[in-house]
Amino acid sequence: MKIFLPCFRLFLVLVILTGVIYPLAVTAVAQLIFHNQAEGSPVNLNGKLIGSSLLSQKTESPKYFWPRPSAGDYATVASGASNLGPGSDALKKAISDRADKMRAANHLAADAPLPDDMITTSASGLDPHISPAAARMQIDRIAQARSLNTDQKTRLIKLVEDHVEGPQLGFLGEPRINVLLLNLALDELH
Amino acid sequence: MGRCSGLDFAHAISILEAFVSSGEIFQVVFFLGLVITLTPLLGGWMAKVFQGERQLLTPVLGWLEKLVYRLSRTNPTEEMTWRQYAGAVLAFNLLGFLALLGLQTGQAWLPLNPAGQSNVDLSLAVNTAMSFVTNTNWQAYSGENTMSYLTQMLGLGVQNFFSAATGIVVLLALIRGLTRRSAETIGNFWADLVRSTVYILLPLCFVLALVLVWQGVVQTFSAYPSATTLEGAQQVIPLGPAASQIAIKQLGTNGGGFFGVNSAHPFENPTPLSNFLEMLAILLIPTAIVYSYGVLVGNRRQGWSIYAAMFAIFLGGIALSFYAEYQFNPAQGGQNLLEGKEMRFGVANSVLWADVTTMTSNGSVNSMHDSLSPLAGGVALFNLLLGECVFGGIGTGLYTMLLFVIITVFLAGLMVGRTPEYLGKKIEAFEVKMAMIAVIAPSACVLILSAIACATDAGKAALTNAGPHGLSEILYAFASMSNNNGSAFGGLNAASPLYLWLGTLAMLVGRFAVIIPVIAIAGSLAAKKITPKSAGTFPTDGPLFVILLIGVVLIISVLTFFPALSLGPIVEHYLVQAGRTF
Repeated sequence: MKIFLPCFRLFLVLVILTGVIYPLAVTAVAQLIFHNQAEGSPVNLNGKLIGSSLLSQKTESPKYFWPRPSAGDYATVASGASNLGPGSDALKKAISDRADKMRAANHLAADAPLPDDMITTSASGLDPHISPAAARMQIDRIAQARSLNTDQKTRLIKLVEDHVEGPQLGFLGEPRINVLLLNLALDELH
Repeated sequence: MGRCSGLDFAHAISILEAFVSSGEIFQVVFFLGLVITLTPLLGGWMAKVFQGERQLLTPVLGWLEKLVYRLSRTNPTEEMTWRQYAGAVLAFNLLGFLALLGLQTGQAWLPLNPAGQSNVDLSLAVNTAMSFVTNTNWQAYSGENTMSYLTQMLGLGVQNFFSAATGIVVLLALIRGLTRRSAETIGNFWADLVRSTVYILLPLCFVLALVLVWQGVVQTFSAYPSATTLEGAQQVIPLGPAASQIAIKQLGTNGGGFFGVNSAHPFENPTPLSNFLEMLAILLIPTAIVYSYGVLVGNRRQGWSIYAAMFAIFLGGIALSFYAEYQFNPAQGGQNLLEGKEMRFGVANSVLWADVTTMTSNGSVNSMHDSLSPLAGGVALFNLLLGECVFGGIGTGLYTMLLFVIITVFLAGLMVGRTPEYLGKKIEAFEVKMAMIAVIAPSACVLILSAIACATDAGKAALTNAGPHGLSEILYAFASMSNNNGSAFGGLNAASPLYLWLGTLAMLVGRFAVIIPVIAIAGSLAAKKITPKSAGTFPTDGPLFVILLIGVVLIISVLTFFPALSLGPIVEHYLVQAGRTF
């Protein structure tokens, strides 16, 4: 008891400090300086919320760039991964099915190479990015679905290249393209 | 990236070339270089904090430290015996457990629950409370559909701080045991706890949290908004006060995600920079504290020697897992490098994170370890089985390594037929017994509980993967929980009752069957005289000791776990290399 009572009082004081004051202070400053990020980097179109620039969304229309496959079908609450191991039968089948679908949709030859990111599922199930190669692979399909002429298609190709984000600070991470932001720019272009 | 299908040997070589040329090695070297550079800077300052000396933050936060003592009416100068100190640690942790249990099981009736989460079931609530109190942060749930904002902030977030600080205070008790001579007491729990929290954890967390928000981590109490996507579907966007919790989750080597997929979630780890900083935050204190140790025992070489042993094992693990992950995978035609990985991190940052998080007792993931190549996943598993002594959790890593040091000097003493000594303290039967209990208890938990899971239908029903990978899932789960790491092969359904209850047991034993022996050793050592160095004293700094220590750590783990590992990741590696799937 000699130890327990001071322990209990210290527990309460530190709970208030680390569990109330600290998170509220972070929230206050964060909302003040980085309001947009703190609220989930929302993307609005004509005043309506259409998603978050950090979360992938299910996109199946041939007119849009497709994001990476999602093991949880792009569910957000909660999202998930396949968790299939490197020697998994199920993974082998899933990859081969996705490859077939991807080649058929993009009018590619049966043995055409595909970017790895378009036939594997991400860790979060909500990966907002694809590789530049994965975006380039989809240009022909989108041009066809939107009946673009040669000039418009050239602009589309440029749009994709303009959306490539290089490694952060010049050396961190991988080159990538944010699919939702690219699709929004695509709608604006055409 | 542009890694393509139709791989052959030449292509595998080109992948490695792309790897070298794309600057991924530079990212790794830069990261490790920064960790080493920061070690003495932060470690030296932390030593001052631990000794209650005046330091950089005293003018800024000294009032807060005093205010905490005054409000709680605790006396930061009273000295405690090891039994009192252990009692305070246990009481403090028990309170944390009960509070967290209460918050979870009553959250539906409490405020700050805009998503309308229902009360958490008892078995999951007990498992989660034990998990966060023991710094394991194993999660059999996804935060975004299970925990209210209040539970996250006032329960889970708080325990992130408390379990981290507990690791530090136990270490400080052990250090005082080593440095005091003929003493009955080992310091003051209140002062150790408050100083670690107020000066080290809180300020670092505050800064990191804000940088993370800048990068895109959410920090809000707004309800989940619903968006209408480009194609007209509804997408609910989960939010919450995440950044403040993620900062301590990484700095306190906790690892429990605000969201289910942890640091792979774009709201927890949105950019390569946030990834870099979170990874740095994981290693920052566990590495620096080894330097602090050298300062506190009055001989920096002692600290650097342990640091060298840890770093050597760490580098070995990184090298092996990089080699493994970039290997051609014949079973999949080479095409699974990005399965379970995020585009913005790529392969290098995923593998590096996997090593960092399992070497330390962090356990957060930015890629799915279940989908790593057999040997890269195997290295992660082996890291857990080392007992979290290679940097490990903050405080816990070093005190676990000091147990191995005790065993090492004992073995060295046996070889030369002399009573072993460490830092002038005679290491006798009591210390060696306690060290052995602390090393054996978690290992026994791993093997026995894995065996139970393997032998029962309920244990096997929870698996996602078949064959040797299924065994790896089970082993990984109990290795993670028994060593208070918390990372997972996520394919295992951890929410089944068998894993919830056996896991709760594993986390309890893995934490307190180590903490209590460590504090007991501290008490026993404090009471001893310090023998002056003589010609026959085995030096515990320098290369010979470093090599011996690495040998002891590796041999103990390999002897204990090699049979199990050979049936899991090792046989899986050969099967996958032979192109077999299962």
